[in-house]
Amino acid sequence: MSDEVDTDVDIDIDIDKELKRLTRRGFLTAAIAAGVGYGSWKWLRTRPWDGRIPWPLRNTLEANESLARAYFSESRLSPEFRSSDLTRVRVNGRLGLKSPIDLDAWRLRIEGAASAASLTLDDLRQFPRRTMITELRCIEGWSIIVQWSGVRLADLMEKFPPPQLPRYVALETPDRGYYVGLDIESALHPQTLLAYEINGNPLPLLHGAPLRLAIPVKYGIKNIKRIGTIRYTDIRPADFWGERGYDWYAGH
Amino acid sequence: MRHLAKKHPLAIRWFHWINFPLLAMMIWSGILIYWAYPAYLKLDQTTWRALKINNRLAEGMALHFFFMWLFAGNGVLYVLYTLLSGEWRELVPRRGTLREAWQVLLHDLRIRKEPLPRVKFNGAQRIAYTSVIVMGLGSLVSGLAIYKPVQFAWLAWLFGGYQGARFVHFALTVGYVLFFLVHIAQVIRAGWNNFRAMVIGVEVVNE
Repeated sequence: MSDEVDTDVDIDIDIDKELKRLTRRGFLTAAIAAGVGYGSWKWLRTRPWDGRIPWPLRNTLEANESLARAYFSESRLSPEFRSSDLTRVRVNGRLGLKSPIDLDAWRLRIEGAASAASLTLDDLRQFPRRTMITELRCIEGWSIIVQWSGVRLADLMEKFPPPQLPRYVALETPDRGYYVGLDIESALHPQTLLAYEINGNPLPLLHGAPLRLAIPVKYGIKNIKRIGTIRYTDIRPADFWGERGYDWYAGH
Repeated sequence: MRHLAKKHPLAIRWFHWINFPLLAMMIWSGILIYWAYPAYLKLDQTTWRALKINNRLAEGMALHFFFMWLFAGNGVLYVLYTLLSGEWRELVPRRGTLREAWQVLLHDLRIRKEPLPRVKFNGAQRIAYTSVIVMGLGSLVSGLAIYKPVQFAWLAWLFGGYQGARFVHFALTVGYVLFFLVHIAQVIRAGWNNFRAMVIGVEVVNE
């Protein structure tokens, strides 16, 4: 009897010793792991900025972009809706619209083409007219359903071809108050329109008269209003929001 | 007889504790994004400012699209590990799980007095730990539908459209918060021996 009790006590002491050892080891490992995690977070937050975010985050956005561009297919379309689905339109951006504009004197300049071109709105109306009802998704999270009519950017590029297929297309307002860059696949997507009408009416000034971009494969930020210049380029174009912490690609 | 018994494998402990800050990061960066268009639950601007989550949409997106890889990777490795090691048998619901979960609920609400079966994971735990993995999958899929709603238009369609996917993504996040609250309460109730086992892997058993 007493022997058995003694053994139990010995075992209890051994168990407590072992438990103490395992506990010390386990919590020490946990503390080191937590320290490494916290240190990595501090490191990430203090990296020099690239486009107003720490460079590892910018590099990740660009790696995500490479994946997205590898998967992108122009045969995948943004869903189209019926006119009964139209929602109330919303004006969200006035960037690039602040300077006065003379709509009669307005011309669309094409740069980087084999021959430079300057087009009036009537010139653009000579192109096949395309109409689509698509969802415009703002990077803030809301979305609206809008009917756009205009010219496919791909049709315009076919008429005013670059010497060779560029990697990017840059679009700017006449005062360069707003500017966006597009990868060539998104620019040539069949739903990428240079729109001159919204919901069946000519574009009002706040919606980008006389010509804006309707590009449902991108967030709203790429749907530039009041386009003044289109430029074909192999150098990644500056992008207003891309320079302000956002994803340059911003693609859907 | 009092002895030490192995409880949680090393790999599962690592997956669990790595998931904790990653999920927290996904939720926090998600809230930075949500601020820009708080469609479901609204706070006034003073509250947002006090919590320092105003005007940080770009930062929130950059963090969300960075940590999503780590969060998804850790989750996928966890599921693979449970499948290959056979641990899944302890975790997924089986026959009688629903009845057992009901008994656990009655016990925890102090309606039923009989002690609970001595098992690694009871019915309620099996349901909770399996559900949270299905929720994780739901977050990845609804997240992809929001992230690439044209390339994965069919996914967005499954959720009833772009805004439907956003709603599901948000609702799942609320689900994680509720899971967390119950989880913490249960861990506190279960006591130190149980909590320590999630760190060191072994627990003290008296039998």
